[in-house]
Amino acid sequence: MDTAFSAAISIAFHGTAFAMVLYLVSVGLSVTMGLMGFVNLAHGVFAVAGGYFMTTLMMQGGVSFYAAVPLAMIAVAALAVPLERFLYRPLYGADELDQVLMTMGLVFMSVAIGKYFWGPTAEPFYPPAALSGQFDFGTRSFPAYRSFLIGAGAVLVTLLWLGLERTRFGAQIRAAVDNRRMAQSVGINTSGLFMLAFALGSALAALGGALGAEILAIDPGYALEHLVYFLIVVAVGGLGTIRGPFVAAMLLGISDTAFKYLLPEFGAFFIYALTMAVLLWKPRGLFGHA
Amino acid sequence: MTQDLDSRAVAFFVRRHRLRPVELVPWVLAVGAFFVFPDYLALGAQVLATILFGLSVDLVLGYAGIVTLGHAAFFGMGAYTAGYLAAHGMGAPVLGLIAAMAMAALVGCLSGLVILRAQGLSILMLTLVVCVMLQEAANKLTSITGGADGLQGMEVSPVLGLFHFDLYGKTAYCYALVVLFFGWAVARTLVHSPFGRSLTGIRENVARMHAIGTPVFFRLVTIYTISAAMAGAAGALIAETTQLVALNALSIDLSGLILVMVIFGGVGRLYGAFVGVPLYMIAQDRFSEIDPTYWYFWIGLLLVLVVMFARGGILGLCAALIRRFEQRRRR
Amino acid sequence: MTEPALETKSLCKNFGALAVAHNIEFSLAAGARHALIGPNGAGKTSFVNLVTGALEPSSGQIFLAGHDVTHLSQAHRVKRGLARTFQINQLFRGLTVLENVTLAISERHGVAGDFLRAAGRRRSIIEEAYALLERLGIGEEALRPVRELAYGRQRLVEIAVALGLDPKVLLLDEPAAGVPSGEAGTIIDVIERLGSEIAVLIIEHDMYLVFRLARRITVLVQGAILVEGPPQDIAADPRVREVYLGERVRR
Repeated sequence: MDTAFSAAISIAFHGTAFAMVLYLVSVGLSVTMGLMGFVNLAHGVFAVAGGYFMTTLMMQGGVSFYAAVPLAMIAVAALAVPLERFLYRPLYGADELDQVLMTMGLVFMSVAIGKYFWGPTAEPFYPPAALSGQFDFGTRSFPAYRSFLIGAGAVLVTLLWLGLERTRFGAQIRAAVDNRRMAQSVGINTSGLFMLAFALGSALAALGGALGAEILAIDPGYALEHLVYFLIVVAVGGLGTIRGPFVAAMLLGISDTAFKYLLPEFGAFFIYALTMAVLLWKPRGLFGHA
Repeated sequence: MTQDLDSRAVAFFVRRHRLRPVELVPWVLAVGAFFVFPDYLALGAQVLATILFGLSVDLVLGYAGIVTLGHAAFFGMGAYTAGYLAAHGMGAPVLGLIAAMAMAALVGCLSGLVILRAQGLSILMLTLVVCVMLQEAANKLTSITGGADGLQGMEVSPVLGLFHFDLYGKTAYCYALVVLFFGWAVARTLVHSPFGRSLTGIRENVARMHAIGTPVFFRLVTIYTISAAMAGAAGALIAETTQLVALNALSIDLSGLILVMVIFGGVGRLYGAFVGVPLYMIAQDRFSEIDPTYWYFWIGLLLVLVVMFARGGILGLCAALIRRFEQRRRR
Repeated sequence: MTEPALETKSLCKNFGALAVAHNIEFSLAAGARHALIGPNGAGKTSFVNLVTGALEPSSGQIFLAGHDVTHLSQAHRVKRGLARTFQINQLFRGLTVLENVTLAISERHGVAGDFLRAAGRRRSIIEEAYALLERLGIGEEALRPVRELAYGRQRLVEIAVALGLDPKVLLLDEPAAGVPSGEAGTIIDVIERLGSEIAVLIIEHDMYLVFRLARRITVLVQGAILVEGPPQDIAADPRVREVYLGERVRR
């Protein structure tokens, strides 16, 4: 009985940590797909780029973890802006198949670029000393880094929600998701808004990629390997929402951890079955607009 | 005047389904390649089978507008069916082919009945999920599929009991070419038929199709099933000519790759796969020879450039060029 | 008197707490020229969607020529002679005008599911489509893609597609919406020339058009029928003035 209980605790803990990473990476994808109607299969590229920048800064630059993570976010946002301007923007409103082709091209290129600069193997990641080992929570102890991940994730999620609910920028984004033409006609600068939303989404992905380096290893194939999970989070959560992907990420993170722990021989079969059930029940995702 | 336009109207429709000389080019090239590149026939057979796979994707993607990231489910189902039969003493290729088509059609029909009411991102995810679930199942059912090791002990007998598969791939090439030709004939008939035109209508505006009394869901399931059978035939062709079936036949990587190849060629024009598949495979072959470690970069760059400068793939580019040329001539 | 071409009995539709249709008892006589008017958000288009089967009613029944079609699919209702146009064009923009109509006619003749014989070999269908376009005065544009046509011409194609179904009941959802006033006359002409075998229900905002075409008017307010009668009664009705014209003035 006690072992079952401790297994449940352990699944909930590791599942939540995984969910935080999935959410941070995917939330930007949900917003850009909902806002711009853009099928961006290359979103994982920004996450892996964040991971690469962070590890490089730490290993080669001797920068501390706490500085490397925000620097990586800024670098990725800076990279995202010209990409949005020159590659994505010409395809807004274009055939979604052209979007698929272009972003798949970017994914392929990212695989080669990752291999060229960082080699074919995964980047080693060593959390800072303060976050290594175990944290003691009274009767039980948990891996320190993952506890930090959950805490940091929870803080960021709260900030993000408050930001979108309370700020002008957030209100504009919500308006544009609901009705782009209306938003334009009341004077919202949608092209600037798209660029900002894209940069912010990419920076969040970079954050997810960097913080999650311990769970989803930073290697050249990252953007391709994990694409399905990111897409599941977005599709199950519902396009254009920020709460939806959170619920979906928690669902996916915890159930994936549970199934892999309890029924490892079935791989991800049940995760996919669950995804299918949700999408058949709610084709627009749990929180999607009708 | 009226009479004149009337007959022009009919002529326009008739012209569209009449065979144009340019449509024979792929077949001339394919037959020519048999004699010009005798050393590459084994590879050639794979290219032909992949074109058939691409053609099946174009039917659902380019005509019915179903964006699928899971067509390898049917390809793999066909490959495993043919492979399983060949490994159990039923290695007659045509029998394997027919059985593969039947099994793939069955899976296509059943999954289509479940998923084809969805739209947009949801349908893309559902096709993908069906594919990965099938792959996970195949991975688990090792007694039938051989699991991660792949199917063992395939013995394929001569085609129709007459033509042995040879080392140079001559038989494989001819066999694949004949099957592809049949597939093309079926697809071509289909897209020019009222049924095919109604699929285009569904792609263009599904609300209106409902309003003119089209049983939309039924049509979609029908084309999905036909397309699945065709993908199954392609899978069987690869299995029989390479005598190999492994789990990657059911992978979403393959689903994504065939999608990319068809979009690269140009969708909804029937010949997108004929252009996109060989060009993509040749480009990949060339790039990986020139730069074995980083060829991915170059193929990615190629895709990005194609989108930047040729919306609608290679055939879209050709159509745009022809239109511009005709406009200039008229002036 | 024969049975009404279209009839609804206590038709209701709720979206959560919002009732877009509330106990609608509506009857469209055979060969009628009937208009459904009402302020924005009165539920006019929802009513059309309920009748065609695009929306499922929460309760109530729908009859076409006396047959209960409440649980039939859209396709089956079309087979029973119900056709509609859309407030915002729903056409196959990449296809030619001729083909837009051909798709509808093929569907009516039940040959649209045929996958052996090429569409171009069905000469009679193409000729029928072309004759219909000629009748509406858009024969000249038969071979142009719809998206190249001016909006007013596209509205005519919208009607042509519906007429290709040879309807007994035709629902026109704001047929002249978005059309420059100079071109609206062509559309009115087309509607006026429709044969008496077709019962027409026009959903409209434009009062000029309504009073010109309709011999009977139903006023819908907040999902319920406020009043029904001949045009002169409706024009004189104080409640209608209040609801309808009041809204006009505010705008």
